[in-house]
Order: sequence, then structure tokens, then C-alpha cells
Amino acid sequence: MLKILKYSFFDLMRSSWSYVYFAFYLLLGIVLLFLNNDLSKAVITLMNVIIVLVPLIGTIFGVMYYYNSKEFTELLLAQPLKRSSIFLGQYLGVAISLSMSLILGLGLPFIAYGLFKSNAIWDFSLLLIVGIFLTFIFSALAFNIALSNENKIKGFGYAILLWLFLAIIYDGLFLMSLILFEDYPLDKVSLIGTMLNPIDLSRTLILLKLDISALLGYTGAVFKQFFGTSFGLIVSFLALTLWVGLPVLRIIYKSKKKDF
Amino acid sequence: MKLLFSVILFIISTSFASSQTTTVCNAGCDFTSIQTAVDSSKSGDRIFIKKGLYKESNIIIYKKSLHISGEEGTIIDTQNNGYGFSVEATDIIIKNLIIKNIEVSYTKEYAAILLFKSYDFEIENITVENAFFGFLIQKSKDGIVHNNTISGEGKAEADSGNAIHLWHCENIRITNNDVRRMRDGIYLEFGSNSYISDNYSTENMRYGLHFMFSNENTYENNIFEANGAGVAVMFSKKIKMYNNIFKKNWGTASYGILLKEINDAELKHNIFEDNTIGINADGTNRITYTENTFKNNGYAIKVHGACYDNIYSKNNFLYNSFDLSYSGNLNSNKFENNYWSNYTGYDLDKNGIGDIPYRPVKLFSYLVNRTPESIVLLRSLFIDIIDFSEKVSPVFTPENLIDNKPLMTEVTW
Repeated sequence: MLKILKYSFFDLMRSSWSYVYFAFYLLLGIVLLFLNNDLSKAVITLMNVIIVLVPLIGTIFGVMYYYNSKEFTELLLAQPLKRSSIFLGQYLGVAISLSMSLILGLGLPFIAYGLFKSNAIWDFSLLLIVGIFLTFIFSALAFNIALSNENKIKGFGYAILLWLFLAIIYDGLFLMSLILFEDYPLDKVSLIGTMLNPIDLSRTLILLKLDISALLGYTGAVFKQFFGTSFGLIVSFLALTLWVGLPVLRIIYKSKKKDF
Repeated sequence: MKLLFSVILFIISTSFASSQTTTVCNAGCDFTSIQTAVDSSKSGDRIFIKKGLYKESNIIIYKKSLHISGEEGTIIDTQNNGYGFSVEATDIIIKNLIIKNIEVSYTKEYAAILLFKSYDFEIENITVENAFFGFLIQKSKDGIVHNNTISGEGKAEADSGNAIHLWHCENIRITNNDVRRMRDGIYLEFGSNSYISDNYSTENMRYGLHFMFSNENTYENNIFEANGAGVAVMFSKKIKMYNNIFKKNWGTASYGILLKEINDAELKHNIFEDNTIGINADGTNRITYTENTFKNNGYAIKVHGACYDNIYSKNNFLYNSFDLSYSGNLNSNKFENNYWSNYTGYDLDKNGIGDIPYRPVKLFSYLVNRTPESIVLLRSLFIDIIDFSEKVSPVFTPENLIDNKPLMTEVTW
């Protein structure tokens, strides 16, 4: 598996896409920091970008990579190799190289700006951890979609739909149900609602660490009470890990059964 | 006749000459204790306290007009035992002292200086350290509280007092004071015709400034920073608030100003910066908000119900998360000629006024008002999308809540 991971990783590292991705974050980080001059504000803006873009790019990249390297995968399948290690290797290659671009692209300008001397370092590291989780989650989901769909167009369609659902539609449904049931106590429900969607969960985790959390009022206090404790933090990271774990398990399961 | 005149002149001159100055110091002066100096002086005398540490408390001045002043380095340590000075007198001056360690009590309001039924008083250059209450002024009139520094060490609201507390007072000037780490910085309870200016009130657990049932007061040029809940003006009429700075009152229950049951007030040239809520208005009538700046607040203005005839004009709303949150009907409140940094309209005839009206209430702010739990979607992409679509074609936000003449450039004054 490690060999395939290494191969996929270096293959991606050589492709221009990871450089574009890396350059994009580098540029974003530099522009935000040196035009804004306020580290904690930059973290907020960055959060907005990460919450939306990282899942999108993770999904598209995952699907694209799978379809592109399909012939090579078939070649590998002819060799005496475990199927799970082939697909897991490819998946990890994609996820790790994307995370690398993210960490380096954002990390370099922040380090140059003097992150280690600032107290925003915890917010920033949380931001990166969340970004990495999101990359792993969404590329795993993308691999799932690609494995289940031979048709490329269909695969891409589903992938975009998935992103659209989790990033936007879910919030809409969530909001609608909150308004529909506004006569009932909703803080527990909204807590569960956020836990179920990795994008919402990441957003809430970061928001609660920032000053802006005071805006959340009473509901925010309930959230803070939950996420502020080590129990809440463990539960939410567990939820994120589950979001990585379940799709990965499905990759293994699916790849074993699939006819090529 | 001539004789009579000279006799009167003589009496007057002797009575002036009899105003004596006694000195107090630890050794070698007239007295070593402030209390005995007070007891043996008459009305009109001066007491000068020389440099040194005096371990005295509950110094009582009863119906004597005295001018008490200290040197630099005159320290009175009450050793956590009752009041510092307890005064009931007219024409009294207390100046240039450091008073320390006031007793904390859950039943009595021990203060560094207690004034009761005192008229024409002056408290100046007093530094109170480790205070429970700073100055407690009751049923008094015509006084000046100037240039004092009061700080406390209280941990919770229950075991700390107010720095300057006025109860049933009239015509008091509170100027140039620095109050910090107390419960309330300055508290007026049933106080009227008072003038509060150039004070710096910070890190107080509850309010930087607090009005209760106090009418016709003015406060200006004050700075209120990082107080637990900001400034509260409640149940009062005709308050003028000019040129104050309210900043960094940040927390789930904090605001720049809380206005509760206020009538006929005026807010002008104030700056609200980095507060969770700039102004929290509840039951306010006939208030004019003119030329104020709201910058980087969570909510610039949050209007609850029962507000009538308030006029908001020529204010700057800059980069607030929400410019306005509004409950209930518009109720003849008016928003006009304000500058909104979120305004995206144009000005074709170049008259400085935007051609399309601005709606200060975002859809999300409306939704949060209706279902508070929906705030968890703050900064979600979905919310940005619906806010945008609402801006393009308004459906939910109050129809007539608009600024018809939004300004294109920031208001300067």
C-alpha cells in the first residue's frame, strides 16, 4: 500500500494542479495578511474560504483523479496486489497531497508574518486541522462516488451534488426545520444538526474559538458549554473521524466486490 | 455710626482670622490623628495632613465645614474596618489623599468617603485603592468630584461596590475621574441635573456608567472600555449623551449602551467600537441619534419593542456584523441620511445621496430575531445566498424599514 501511496503522491506532486492549488492558498494567505494587517480577522476570512473551498476541491480532485488513473488502476489490478491497498493507497495519495498544499500554502505566509509570536496560533492550527479533516472526508466521499459510477459525467454530477448538499442545501433544510419547530426548545436539536454535517461542525468549532462567538448569544452559550469541554471536543473530533472512517470502510468494501 | 461700622469690620476680620490651619503628622505637628484634629477644629478651619501612613478609619465629620488636604504621599489605611471618612456637613473639601483597603461587607456599604446630606462639597485628587465602595454620596447637592482614581479588587458583583455612587443627589459635577475594577463605575440613583465628563471607566464588572431614575443629566467626553455589560441608562428622562466613546464591551451579555425606558434623550457624536451590541434599545421614546459612529460591532443597534418616535440620522454604520436588528413594527421611528458601509447602491445625479433606498435589516437578522437558535448558521454560505436574494427582492424584512436617503460618503463632524 505504501508503495502505491508513494507513487500516487509523487504523481500528484508532479502534476500542475497541486501547484495551482498551493499557489492559490499562498496568494490568499499573503493578500489577507499583508493587506489586512489583522491576524484574527484574517483567520475569520480564511475560515469562510476553507469551509467552502476545501470540500469542493477535495470532491472534484478525488473524482477526477480516480477517473484519470483508471487505466493504471486496471493495470495494477492485474498484479498480485491486495485490492484494498491499491485503492487506499490512491486515496491517501490524493488526500495527503491536497493537505500538503493547504498546509504549506497557508502556513508559509503566516509563518513569514510572525504567527509563532501571536496568540492566534491556536485558532490557526485549529483551522488547519479542520481543513485537513475536510480534505480527507471529501476526497473519501469522492472516491466512493467514483467507485460506484462507471459513467464519468454521472460521477462528477453526483460529486458536485454532494458538495452542494452539505455546503448549502443542508443549511437551508436545517434553517427551515428550525423555523418550522420554533415553538419547541431547539438548542439540543441544533447541536445535533451541526454535529451531523462535517462542514457545519467545522464552522462551529472554529467560530466558537473566535471573538465573534459572543454574537451567538444564548444558543452560543449552550454550544460553548458543549464544545468548550474536553468531552465536547472529543465527541466532535470523533464525529469528524467517523466521517473519514465510514467512507474509507466503504471504499475497502466496495473495491473488494467491484468488477473491472 | 462710624463706631458701629468699625465694630462690624472688627468682628468680620477676627472671624476670618480665626480660620486656622492645623497640621497632622506622625510626630511633631499639632496632632497625630486625623480624628482628633477634626474634633478640635471649628467650622471653617483647614486641616493639612503631612506625608505618611495613617492607620485610621471611620473619621467622622459632623456639621463642620472643613477643608482637609494632604501632601503627596499621604496615605490613610482603613485596615478593612468600616468607612474612611463619614461626613455630614456643608462646604466641605477633601483633597489630595490616598485611601486604602476599605472593608468588604455584605450588609453595609462601606466607602472611602461617605457624604450624607452634604452641600457644596468638593472631592478632589483622591486615590482609592482596594476599594469596596469609592465615594458614596447620599442626599447631597451642589458638589464636585474631580480628578480621582478609584480601583477595586472585587471578584464578583456581590462582593464589590460602586466607585462613585450617587443616591438622591442634585447638581453634582463628576469630572476627570478614573474608575476601574469595581461593580459599577459611576452610578446615579435618583440623581438629577448632574454633569459627568472626561471620565475613564474600565474593567468594571457590571456597568461603566449606570443611571436609574435620574433625569436631566448630561454626560460627555467619557470613555467606557471593556466593562462587563457596558453602560446602562434606565428609567430616566432628558439625558444628554455627547462625544462619548464606548468600546470593547464584548461578551454574550454586553453592549455599548443599554437604553431601557428612556424618554427625550439625545445621543450625538458618540463612537461605538467593537461592542457585541452597540445600542440595545428597549422602550425608548423620542430619542434622537445624530452623528454617531458604529464600527465593528456585532449588532450596531438592536431595537426591541415599544420604541416610538426615535430618529436616527447622519450616523455612520461601518463594518458591523449586523447593522440593525428590529422587533415589532416600525412605529414612527425614522432612519434617514445615514452612511452604511454595506450599501451597494449608486448615485447617478452626484448629489451625495444614494438613488436607491437601503434596507438595514438583513434577512438573517430577521430570522435570528424570530428563531434565536438559527444563529448557529452564522457565516454559512447558505445565509450569504439568502441575504443576497433578499437584498435583490425583499420579501420578509419589514417593508417600510428603509433609509430612503442613504449617504454615499462617511459623515464627518
